[in-house]
Amino acid sequence: MDTPSTEIEKREELESVVIRFAGDSGDGMQITGTQFSTATALMGNDLSTFPDFPAEIRAPAGTTYGVSGFQIHFASHDIKTPGDEPDVLVAMNPAALKVNLPALKKGGLLIVNSGAFSSANLEKAGYDKDPLTDGSLEGYRLLVIDITKLTLDAVKPFKLGAKDAGRCKNMWTLGLMYWLYGRDRQPSIDFLRAKFAKRPELAEANIAALNAGHIYGDTADLPTDITPARVPRAELAPGKYRTIDGNQALAWGFAAAAQLSKIPFFYGSYPITPASTLLHHLAKLKHFGVTTFQAEDEIAAIASAIGASFGGALGITGTSGPGVALKGEAIGLAIMTELPLVIVDVQRGGPSTGLPTKTEQSDLFQAVWGRNGDAPLPVIAPATPGECFDFAILATRIAIKYMTPVILLTDGFIANSAEPWRIPDASKLEPIEVKYHTDPEGFSPFKRDPETLARVWAKPGTPGLEHRIGGIEKDSNSGHISYDPANHHKMTLTRAQKVQNVRQILPPATLEQGESQGDVLVIGWGSTYGAISQAVEQLRKRGRRVSHLHLRHIWPLPAGLKELCGRFDQVVVPELNNGQLARLLRAELLVDAQSFPKIAGQPFKIREIVEEIENRLAQKEVSR
Amino acid sequence: MSAHVPLTRKDFASDQEVRWCPGCGDYAILAAVQRVLPEVVEKRENTVFVSGIGCSSRFPYYMNTYGFHTIHGRAPAIATGLKLANPELDVWVITGDGDGLSIGGNHFLHVLRRNVDLQILLFNNQIYGLTKGQYSPTSVVGKVTPSTPFGSVDAPVIPAQVALGAAARFVARGFDVSKELPEVLRRAHQHRGASFVEILQNCPVFNDGAFVQITDRKEGPAHQLWLEHGKPMRFGVNNEKGIRLNPKTLAAEVVTIGEDGVTEDDILVHDETNRTMAWLLSSLPGVVALGVLYCDPAPSYDSAVVAQNELAKNKLGEPSIDALLNSGETWTVQ
Ligand SMILES: Cc1ncc(C[n+]2csc(CCOP(=O)(O)OP(=O)(O)O)c2C)c(N)n1
Ligand code: SF4
Ligand SMILES: [Mg+2]
Repeated sequence: MDTPSTEIEKREELESVVIRFAGDSGDGMQITGTQFSTATALMGNDLSTFPDFPAEIRAPAGTTYGVSGFQIHFASHDIKTPGDEPDVLVAMNPAALKVNLPALKKGGLLIVNSGAFSSANLEKAGYDKDPLTDGSLEGYRLLVIDITKLTLDAVKPFKLGAKDAGRCKNMWTLGLMYWLYGRDRQPSIDFLRAKFAKRPELAEANIAALNAGHIYGDTADLPTDITPARVPRAELAPGKYRTIDGNQALAWGFAAAAQLSKIPFFYGSYPITPASTLLHHLAKLKHFGVTTFQAEDEIAAIASAIGASFGGALGITGTSGPGVALKGEAIGLAIMTELPLVIVDVQRGGPSTGLPTKTEQSDLFQAVWGRNGDAPLPVIAPATPGECFDFAILATRIAIKYMTPVILLTDGFIANSAEPWRIPDASKLEPIEVKYHTDPEGFSPFKRDPETLARVWAKPGTPGLEHRIGGIEKDSNSGHISYDPANHHKMTLTRAQKVQNVRQILPPATLEQGESQGDVLVIGWGSTYGAISQAVEQLRKRGRRVSHLHLRHIWPLPAGLKELCGRFDQVVVPELNNGQLARLLRAELLVDAQSFPKIAGQPFKIREIVEEIENRLAQKEVSR
Repeated sequence: MSAHVPLTRKDFASDQEVRWCPGCGDYAILAAVQRVLPEVVEKRENTVFVSGIGCSSRFPYYMNTYGFHTIHGRAPAIATGLKLANPELDVWVITGDGDGLSIGGNHFLHVLRRNVDLQILLFNNQIYGLTKGQYSPTSVVGKVTPSTPFGSVDAPVIPAQVALGAAARFVARGFDVSKELPEVLRRAHQHRGASFVEILQNCPVFNDGAFVQITDRKEGPAHQLWLEHGKPMRFGVNNEKGIRLNPKTLAAEVVTIGEDGVTEDDILVHDETNRTMAWLLSSLPGVVALGVLYCDPAPSYDSAVVAQNELAKNKLGEPSIDALLNSGETWTVQ
């Protein structure tokens, strides 16, 4: 640690801080944010991050639609969301200020790079007057610095081109923020040396900028209302930690599952935001026995995965909503031929291209019901980035044990946000049992395990088991093509029952928080976990009789859910879509589940859920 | 099992009743495949037929091997995944002119350019058989069908040209009832990489006689140019005709030896490794080139994937979940 202990004494102690870094897409805000997150994790704080970037890779510089943001919430206590409103906003140009100022807390700290406030940039951002001088920022603690100039001064000795030199300003800013919150610079220095190993002059210039920002904090005369702070360590459960985002956790989960099952894994995918990084991560893990295949389209991606599963590997395909739409027919084939398969849907705003870089939970219906015919399959949804690791293994386990495709639903928020994750002990992970059928005696491809109803997995290459499968209905006994009406009825029910049987290995409905009866049961799923959990905690502190249940298994629904709902006066379902889970619960359980939708491409704020529940409680009070 | 007893034709016939229309060209193709397999296959259990949807795609049900009747147009992609999962398998793809060139056109392109080690047999009847006779991407202009009552106005594709354009390394052509078809299939099987075989197939119900020019017992042989590597391209009832390159138009033309001063030396000699020649042969005036148009092997995609997986294993060492999870920045909370 490079902050002298005497200095720590002078620092103001804070319980939690929310910082938003915002700048042009080319300003390197995502790197700044992830570096600050790593440094913060190493300081022992709990944290949660939310990168929010535009769909355009490099939108015209200086425009509001080219603004890229990264929010981090860190604290000395357990936190679960990236924070409602930032306490600190770092705005690297006028457009970033324009877009993000409305979010900043009143009285919050506003750090602005005045070097980017040229009249051209002001105009591009839609300002007719300079906000730095027109008094409109009075309600904030303002720190105006010409970061551009100070950066250029700091990197001068390295004789970089104007473009490379200018790019170092994010590291200058990071240095200042490290000083402000007492973070260690060394991990970022190591990162820069590794990142620019082939261009050491760039590494050293960036490090010089980082140091210069830090020294600036130490030596410049800052306004008296701007003082360095410290956020003490959080009380996390003992163990070894790292930060992880959802797609990385999924990739590692699949690599682990390949080891646990000891069979080849095959990942077929076609690039799409926000699922692409799953392909990037898995492509590096070939030594775990994972073959990756970038297919010509989403249909080929799932088709190749189905072919691999037929061949005795575990086929996996990953995409986002538009890709799942293309895969629908092939998912039906996997259901009909009863092959193990995992389909990952990293949801984004829809329909159609929708909001490709924003988060949403609007593929729930598509996952549960979006195919021709009666075509059920298990649908599971992790609640946090860290859970993605376990859910990749769970999806594999279900797919193989029940010989069925499984949909694993995450979303852009889970995929991209990072959180501290307690590293599990790999030796404690339960092996995944795989039984290929080999006995020709009395063989039929649709011979089933009486308990699970899974059919046998007979892979090509096995002598004596030559057989044909396909999308046409098959006779329940012989496995030959059958158009028999009664057989189709029977097979449809059997496939449905097999999927319901997955409950055999899933836990019953369990509350996350609160008593098992009360006024409001809040039911969530997926990435809304943090916001709901903290909202319910706040409400309970106020004495409200509110409980939280988080569905991680959406199909089949967990046992005992209806009974649990019945013990509450109201059931409220906050979700990032127009009421899909609420409708599903009403249809399946005949309970009066009330939807609380948010369809803005943004996660819930804790406050929004608290207010919604308070309003509902108050209305009930009035109507009594 | 059957490892020591030689396999016969019967070993490859499944117990399922064949349900194509009487007189359908698919019967003859099935017979040719069942004849060739015992000669080229050592282990029946390693043979897999993957098909899409169409009359032609019912094929796997009639073969006593592993089989997968999939969805319309996607067989090449499914076969690619299967081959990558187990490169030991001998995988055949059965498709039709609609399945392979219309709905599955994209996969057809990519399986060929990747050069996945598969035999791809496209049954071209120039019609959609299973859906009762609509025109297909290979139907001739003017074809009257239920969906084109005034005759079709779309220009057809020539499958061999699509394949060559997709960088296929093996392109061959045969027809259903020809006695040379088994030999074409043998060559396709021998070739490592994607082997594309177009099989002209008569659909007596919806497009009868589409290929009568070459299949007619009497007149047909005069219009068949059977290619042999290193041999002059000659054909005709008395072998009097041949193919000559017109240097002005860069086109192949049909000439008669002895007429207009044409001698044997003017006739092109087939070089199956010559892509340009294959292109010329793909579409000839008044005669159909048959046999192996092009064969120029290159490393297959599946072998490259296996090699790269091995390389990664050698470079990255034994996989360890613990090492993976603990890589990068970590910290300990007491
Ligand atoms: C997704 C989908 N679209 C349409 C169909 C209907 N369909 C089945 S076969 C076929 C055409 C088959 O033509 P071809 O590939 O030439 O096969 P043939 O029957 O002539 O052998 C069509 C359009 C289908 N089964 N699936
Ligand atoms: S419709 Fe044509 S292609 Fe189909 S089975 Fe009958 S004859 Fe053969
Ligand atoms: Mg056809």
